[in-house]
Amino acid sequence: MAQSEENNNKQASSADVKPPRRPERTKRLKRKSAPKPKSREQSDDAKLRPAAAIVPPQSVAGRALTLVVAIMSFLACLTVGGVSVVWDAADAWQNDLVREITIQIRPTEGVEMLREIDKAVALAQEFSGIESVRALSDAETKALLEPWLGEGLQLDGLPVPRLIQITVNDPTLLNLSQLKSMVSQKIVGASVDDHSVWTSRLAAMAGAVVVGGFAIMVLVLSSMVLSVVFATQSAMAGNKDVVSVLHLVGAEDSFIAREFQRHFLVLGLKGGVSGGVAAILCFILLDMLTRQGSGQAGSDQLSALFGTVSVSLPGYFGVFGVIFLVAILTAITSGLAVKAHLAKVD
Amino acid sequence: MIRFENVGLRYGMGSEILQDLTFEIEPQSFQFLTGPSGAGKTSLIRLLFMSLRPTRGLIKVFDRDLSVIDKQELPKLRRKIGVVFQDFRLLDHLTTYENVALPLRVIGKDESEYRSDVVDLLKWVGLGERMHVLPPVLSGGEKQRAAIARALITRPEVLLADEPTGNVDPPLARRLLRLFIELNKLGTSVVIATHDIALLEQVDARRMVLADGRLSIFD
Ligand SMILES: Nc1ncnc2c1ncn2[C@@H]1O[C@H](COP(=O)(O)OP(=O)(O)OP(=O)(O)O)[C@@H](O)[C@H]1O
Ligand SMILES: [Mg+2]
Repeated sequence: MAQSEENNNKQASSADVKPPRRPERTKRLKRKSAPKPKSREQSDDAKLRPAAAIVPPQSVAGRALTLVVAIMSFLACLTVGGVSVVWDAADAWQNDLVREITIQIRPTEGVEMLREIDKAVALAQEFSGIESVRALSDAETKALLEPWLGEGLQLDGLPVPRLIQITVNDPTLLNLSQLKSMVSQKIVGASVDDHSVWTSRLAAMAGAVVVGGFAIMVLVLSSMVLSVVFATQSAMAGNKDVVSVLHLVGAEDSFIAREFQRHFLVLGLKGGVSGGVAAILCFILLDMLTRQGSGQAGSDQLSALFGTVSVSLPGYFGVFGVIFLVAILTAITSGLAVKAHLAKVD
Repeated sequence: MIRFENVGLRYGMGSEILQDLTFEIEPQSFQFLTGPSGAGKTSLIRLLFMSLRPTRGLIKVFDRDLSVIDKQELPKLRRKIGVVFQDFRLLDHLTTYENVALPLRVIGKDESEYRSDVVDLLKWVGLGERMHVLPPVLSGGEKQRAAIARALITRPEVLLADEPTGNVDPPLARRLLRLFIELNKLGTSVVIATHDIALLEQVDARRMVLADGRLSIFD
């Protein structure tokens, strides 16, 4: 027996010693390493690479899934950006509109129109918070009506309503309801239009857009969550051996879940960030296009609606929120999916 | 430490592979588990390791009745048992060193704590030179020793080894056997499943023989 061991002595020399027991082992090691050059012993440890991932990353982080997550996060970010643009625009409309009030005076039989106009102007000027009150001149009224009634119009002969434009500089100071009642009481045929119908409609529309945007975002994120669930399940199936080895070395389910989750967190971050960055680039591009190309046919309409189409700071915060949400959702979902899977298989 | 009472096992709807097994693995005991191929040695090892549930009978591991135990508790019990399966079950994308260190990583130990232990153990089983290679380039015998090292690294109370000498030449088989005996002397209970008669003859130890689903024990 001793002889046969000489033959493959290379293995024998190291294996033929007593089992590891701390005190003996240190003695043995000292004895053994003494004749050897020291550098070898060191290089042993130096060669240890940083601990490799227990679940091989390439078996989990498929390109396709990263792309799916990126696209979903891109869409979610666009939605957030869109919602923010609409929100800002609605805000702007609302403010602009409250800053302008129109008094309309319809001609009434036997009432001198010009006197009524003067009375209305004087009345309006008494209110605080008002910057200027100006009756539209004959020429302006004509210009307004021209598209409908044609050129060469004689206003005097026609029952045309006249407009008084009031510019408000401080909507908080202005007592709008009092203005309304005074005007309708004191001036014949007059009514005050503060565009409140418009404002409330716009507000409702903006609200609907915001709600719709959130609904879209929820849908996009939930389909992302579902993709992650499927991907996790297939990753688990692909890593059956790893899971069984982990069970064999006494790993708890939570440990296994963490090992998978780690990859999905990275994947979610990668996908989320690339989708978010793409969305931000889109916003910047759109901003530049609408600023630069004002005067071109299409952009004019956009600018008319939204001013320049630019996503404001809260929109960008929203984008970062989405990126964060995507990464966290991916990690949590995969963790839960792994645990559910482990609970099913024994 | 591990006690079986009237344990029976069948796979699916088939007939019982194991019938009425009643025995106990005592602390610090050493036993061989033998029987012809297909007799159910691997199945019995899996029962002992709790990776298989019996179809009937009582199994107690470290005084815990397996039929009432919570699934979440199994890992803690398994950590007290080292197991070497016939097919090694090494992870191909981890180096020998990382494979052997896996049980320690799983319990949350830091690498600086266990590095020297793992390196020492690897040298002890003769894998000092093969520490940083991946299992696919290891020989069968080297894989076997890596699997054994992984089973031993946590100093388990029980070692279960399924055909631990199946892939090595007789001299190496004898060395591995001596390794198990040394381990047993240090206090670990050892169960070795094998049909290697030559190996059996080298040690005068308890023999558990499986045949036709029944177990006979020769002390
Ligand atoms: N997962 C399984 N599903 C169904 N049948 C199985 C399964 N595993 C093992 N068997 C059957 O159980 C019987 C015992 O198998 P086992 O692997 O325990 O035998 P063994 O004694 O280890 O054989 P060997 O010495 O060849 O390793 C065999 O007939 C086998 O076909
Ligand atoms: Mg077997």
